[in-house]
Amino acid sequence: MQDSEVFLQQLITGLSNGMIIALIALGYTMVYGIIELINFAHGDVFMLGAFLALTLLGMFGMEAWPQHWQLAGVVLMLVSCAAFCGTLNWSLDRLAYRPLRRASKLSLLVSAIGCSFICTNLGLFWGGMPMDVFAGGVAAAAPKDFPQLVPQYNLLGESAVRVVPADIAVLVVTIPLMIALVYLVKRTRLGRAMRAVAQDSTAAALMGIPVDRVIGVTFFIGGALGGFASVVYALYNNTIGFQMGYRAGMDAFTAAVLGGIGSLPGAVLGGLTIGCVRAMSDQYVETRWTNTIVFGILVLILIFRPSGLLGSTRREKV
Amino acid sequence: MSRWRPGPISIIVFVAALLPMCELMLPQSAHITEAVRGVFLYAILALGLNVVTGYAGLLNLGIAAFMAIGAYAFAILTCEIYPFQFGFWPGLLLTLPIGALFGFLLGAPTLRLRGDYLAIVTLGFGEIVQDVLKNLDTITKGTQGINPVPAPSFGGSMWTADDEYKWYYLLLALMVVVILGVRNLERSRLGRAWFSIREDELASRSMGIRVERIKMLAFSAAAAIAAFAGGISASMLSSTGEPSNYDFQVSVLALCIVIVGGIGSIAGVLVGALVMIGLNSIVLVKATAALDALGIGAQGNVLLSPNNWKYLIFGLALVLAVRLKPHGLVPPRIERRAS
Repeated sequence: MQDSEVFLQQLITGLSNGMIIALIALGYTMVYGIIELINFAHGDVFMLGAFLALTLLGMFGMEAWPQHWQLAGVVLMLVSCAAFCGTLNWSLDRLAYRPLRRASKLSLLVSAIGCSFICTNLGLFWGGMPMDVFAGGVAAAAPKDFPQLVPQYNLLGESAVRVVPADIAVLVVTIPLMIALVYLVKRTRLGRAMRAVAQDSTAAALMGIPVDRVIGVTFFIGGALGGFASVVYALYNNTIGFQMGYRAGMDAFTAAVLGGIGSLPGAVLGGLTIGCVRAMSDQYVETRWTNTIVFGILVLILIFRPSGLLGSTRREKV
Repeated sequence: MSRWRPGPISIIVFVAALLPMCELMLPQSAHITEAVRGVFLYAILALGLNVVTGYAGLLNLGIAAFMAIGAYAFAILTCEIYPFQFGFWPGLLLTLPIGALFGFLLGAPTLRLRGDYLAIVTLGFGEIVQDVLKNLDTITKGTQGINPVPAPSFGGSMWTADDEYKWYYLLLALMVVVILGVRNLERSRLGRAWFSIREDELASRSMGIRVERIKMLAFSAAAAIAAFAGGISASMLSSTGEPSNYDFQVSVLALCIVIVGGIGSIAGVLVGALVMIGLNSIVLVKATAALDALGIGAQGNVLLSPNNWKYLIFGLALVLAVRLKPHGLVPPRIERRAS
């Protein structure tokens, strides 16, 4: 393999993972945009989605299904995980965040950290489920193999650079979702309500917008995007574990901040950048330094350009 | 001057001092002093976090990183495989300025950030410190940790893990020293400046408080105390342990202690440490032993191993405390006076 081919291969991997990170980052950025909360539990909601996907796969024995039925199985997983993660995220808002709307921002953040730990623990319990796909549930904390439902042949034929159907699957799922999201936020009544609440929730309430319901819907949509991302992640990387939410969450949060938190195109740009940085660092630096590099980027952006690449500078109000 | 009356802090310390003597009357299986040592250690760590989060109102999610820095600094300064080879006391005292220096290094560029961004930067710092300690294995021995780390010695012979009660009283004494230190800080001009910026940063600035400098002092003081706790912990375990022993979970445990106990309250931190570490190292450990004795513990069912409930307990503690008892179990006195 030539140097340029290695680079190209890493770029493809980086962009595919970057699209997944972007999908999670959209959930962070939407929630932050509307109530200025870093939804710490978002990464763990994503993780629970992946566990649901594996459970469905095991329950229906999808591995043994014929090829085109497996495609239907993937669609089933996407829909159920999106609904599950959306509802879960909505419930977190309802139970843990909404009662704190008038409390200080720090109380809200502490509550979110608490939710994150609760969800992590639920993932650990879930991993102990006595099913074959969870290796009988004997080692609950161990990473679980996620079967390869998407075939692994090279679409470029004999070329040294591999583009597998999973790469395409990532794009097929993520791009329409992003377009739909932008349409929703920019063109619909609900989207306008969301933007109004983000700008000034008191004024929005005075104009008759049901603020709590709009915030709830935002949490649902953000969670649902995380649910889609979880299925794509599991199909693409073929291994899931109860602690992956923390790592994925930090990557996605970094992406959201890098792009400019609150900005939808920013989250996508940030996600792609972080995906590529990870892939390049794995290849050209060392895998063990990759997390340090990502966190270093996060710290540097927050210090030097807290508004991110595409975000607008807004001064903190008194 | 009002007459001195025993407050909750002195009562807790007094009971803690008598505990080993009471314990000797009980059978071996009921002994808990070893676990109570953990309460003291985490109380020291949480007292440090309380300075920055409780007094100054800055959420620090990377306090464990400073504990790690203290532990590794202490090990490198004292362990026989390094050139320095200071004794226990000089090494332990040096963790304070070293911790403060790292606190300053992290704080200097970041303290202008708003609350939630600062929290994330400290979290990132915590992860970076762990990774660096793990990856610079020529110096830090990577995942093996540095050992043996010396214990204190009085009259020639060095303490071992068997000197259970010596360790107990040493930790208790160090905790009392830290309590006295933070209590004096709390009542000083600096302490009042911290409370003031916590309540209203803009108003404090208008009154002539140099906010950046005051925040920096809170950050450094907290880092110094956390590093001190790290040094003690390394000496007690005779090893730094692996870098992941100082992960996010430790920072969140310290945060739980402060939030559950009462943010900004020393007595609250002590009660919080007792509750959280009590749950973590006494109730869960005893429950595990009890389940094992019944023969249902080790069968691999994830729900039956009490250790697997840890995250859930920490998480619920945070969510419920913020919701139901926002001022904690023992709210700070200033809060009470105001209401």
